[in-house]
Order: sequence, then C-alpha cells, then structure tokens
Amino acid sequence: MDPVIDNLDLYWSGFLRSLSIIGWSLVGSLLLGTLIAAFRVSPVASLRAFGSGWVTVVRNCPLTIVLFFMAFGLPELGVNASFYLFGVAGLIIYTSAFVCEAIRSGINSVSAGQAEAARAIGLPFTLTLTQVVLPQALRATVPPLGSVQIAMFKNSAVVGAFGVGGDLYSVGRNLTSAQGFSYIPVLTGVAIGYLVITLAAGALLAVIERKVAIAR
Amino acid sequence: MTAQESSPVSAGRGEPLVVLKDVQKHFGQLHALKDIDLTVTRGEVVVVIGPSGSGKSTLCRTINRLETIDSGTIMLDGQPLPEEGKELAALRAEVGMVFQSFNLFAHKTILENVTLGPIKVRGMKKADADKRAMELLERVGIAHQAEKYAAQLSGGQQQRVAIARALAMDPKVMLFDEPTSALDPEMIKEVLDVMVDLAEQGMTMVVVTHEMGFARTAADRVVFMADGAIVEENTPEEFFTNPSSDRAKDFLGKILKH
Repeated sequence: MDPVIDNLDLYWSGFLRSLSIIGWSLVGSLLLGTLIAAFRVSPVASLRAFGSGWVTVVRNCPLTIVLFFMAFGLPELGVNASFYLFGVAGLIIYTSAFVCEAIRSGINSVSAGQAEAARAIGLPFTLTLTQVVLPQALRATVPPLGSVQIAMFKNSAVVGAFGVGGDLYSVGRNLTSAQGFSYIPVLTGVAIGYLVITLAAGALLAVIERKVAIAR
Repeated sequence: MTAQESSPVSAGRGEPLVVLKDVQKHFGQLHALKDIDLTVTRGEVVVVIGPSGSGKSTLCRTINRLETIDSGTIMLDGQPLPEEGKELAALRAEVGMVFQSFNLFAHKTILENVTLGPIKVRGMKKADADKRAMELLERVGIAHQAEKYAAQLSGGQQQRVAIARALAMDPKVMLFDEPTSALDPEMIKEVLDVMVDLAEQGMTMVVVTHEMGFARTAADRVVFMADGAIVEENTPEEFFTNPSSDRAKDFLGKILKH
C-alpha cells in the first residue's frame, strides 16, 4: 500500500474535491428534484407537462451525454463556465430526475384524502404540499432517495473524469496512468475513499429513517 | 377580516347561501349529476339521501369544488365558485367539509390538526389558534386528547376532531359527506350528537347520510337523489311518511324494513 501512504496528501485533497462535488450536487439535486416533483403534481397542466418532459429526457440520457451537453454544448451557445461548475450542474440536473421520481412515489403513498382535507380547509397548493403531503411523503421517500443519492456519489467520479479533475477518481487515474504506480493498491485506496463517504451516508440515512418514522 | 366577523350563526337566516343551477357532471359515460337545481338557505340543514351511486357525494363535493362540474353554476353567498388558485382556496376556507374517512392529518397532533387552517390560512397567532381550538375540542369532547395523534383515537373521536377542524375556520356552511358511514354503530351516535348540536345552533349544513334518524330530527329539508338527479325534496316529515315518487317509495321500503 506504499503508493497510497506516500500520496496521502493527494488522496486527501481528492477526497475533499469529491466531497465538494457531492455536497453541492446533493443540495442542488434535492432542491431541483423537489421542485420538479411539485411541478409533476401541480394543478397547472403546463407545469405538469414540463415536469414529466424533464424526467423523460434527463432520466433516459446517459450521464456522460448530459455532461457533454453541459461542458461542450453550452459553450457553443455562448454559455461559459469552469468545468467544475458545468460538471456539478450536469450532475445536479441528471440526479434531479431521479430525486423527482423518488419524491413523487412518496407523494403517491400519501392518501388522496389528506390533500383533499388540506384543500378543504383552504390551504393553497403550495401549503397543501409543504404542510401536509410532503412531510408524510418523506417517510416513504427516504429509502429510495438514499439510493438515488448514493448512486450520485459514485457518479461524481464520472464528473471528475470529465476534465473537472482533482477528485478521488482523478487522483487514482493520475497515480496509475501518469505516475505508473500499480493499479491494485492505488484503486483500493480510491475505493476506500468512496466507501468512507457512502458508508457514512448510509449510517446517516438510517438515523433519518428512524427520525421520520417516529414523527407520526 | 377576523374569523369571528364572518360567523354565520343565525345571522340573515333564510337568505340563499348555496345556490346550484342546472349543474351537470359526467364521469366518462356516466352522467353523475343531472340538471341539479338546489338552493340552501342560511341556517338550513339539508339532508341528501339516496341509493349508492346516486350522485349525492359528488353533489356534496362540487360545493367546495373538490369535484369540478361540466356546466351550470354554483354560487356561494352570492359569489360564483372560482375555478382555481388563491380565490378557490379562499372560498374553501369558508366551506367546512367532513369526510367519510375523517382524513385527519396523520403527521400532526389533534390540536395541530385544528389549528393548521387558522394559522396558515387566516394568519391567526398560534396562541389564539390554540385557545380557539381547545374550545372547539372541548365542544366535541376531545380536549383531553389534544396532544395525541389521529391514529391513537377511535373513529368516532377522529370524526369529531374533523368537525372541530372544519369549525375552526368559522365556515359559512358545513358539508358532511357520509360522516358516519365508516363508523362502528356505537360511535355513530357520538358523531350525530355533535351534528345535531351544530344544527340547533343554526349552522348551515348539507349532510349526505344514510342515517334516517338524523334526517328526521335535524333536517329542515330532505333531498332524495337517484341516478344523478334530484327526484324529490320535502320536509323530513312529509318525505318519510308520504313520499311522492315511486323511486323514493322503493328506496324507503328497502331501508325502513329492517
């Protein structure tokens, strides 16, 4: 494991870089995905159409294609940003489609009567959603949402490979291809880095699941 | 406008409050509501009865537009029902609704169920909303369970909370959509007692029910529906002793035999 120990500082910076991609994508995809889910259940037909169109297109495109569009398509339209920004934005967009569907499945698990009762006391759509439906949908949403986000954590490696660089995956590639270290120890180190993130997330998820289970 | 100012009780009794004109509604091929004309006046208790599938629940649900209509007009207190958005939400705040399946908010306590509307829709302060909610819960006999969740209450208790929740908005009219149909026999009475109290206090009520006893004691008028149409309307006394349509005779013959 010498290559790992000798390059711990590189690994550490890669770990932090990955964490930053993951952190922003987590927040961004949860917000965007929730918004798209709200569109999909909204009383306004055009918003519903936009929501389902978004999910259909984004969910059915490979992540690499989404990233290509971001990093190379947008500049052709005159939109310029760093690879990092394009990469994170691409990952947010891609993940939002899956977040949306996880949340929508949660919304569907809440009986229609709950929303009717909320509307019947005069709550408008947004309050019906935020006060009554979403808090109850959360219970059913946490497990699938967790899987979606853990998949996103690993997809951050694709973003890293996309010229963003500096993340765990790129550190591994650099040490092997460019510096000639042997693959098994280097990749094991990379894998451990990802495992630390995903296992911690899994533990956090279990805590959240217990919390929302009690709140009823 | 504070909630108290709009208190409907016994003010302007006899004026038309809910007016349905030539209302039509289809569910696919099914003509669910046919040529419905119905006027409910302030302070009046109208009981809607009829066989299953006759459109009585649909009728009830159109009054706060939980069910849309194909054509015709529905006026509430002189205003046509808004189609969507904030205006519709504001209208629904004026119309209390009690469902067959209670529909208490499962993630909120009993007290929070009752205060949610006043706080979020009326902008009432939490302390005021709590106080008013406790009064209402006292009135329906659930005050000592205010901190529990719906699932910890019996069906009859849940339905009484649902009534308190609707009353907390100081509605102009209360809609009851088969409020006792999901209850055990011994719990039906506790809910009906609350409803009879309400009726006696002058609340305008539209009640879809199979409880003929309630219709006899509390109703000012009985509306009998069959196949989506209003077949007959009359005082309970007249309707039960001397129904004029064959359809009503047949219906009463079936349900009163047991």
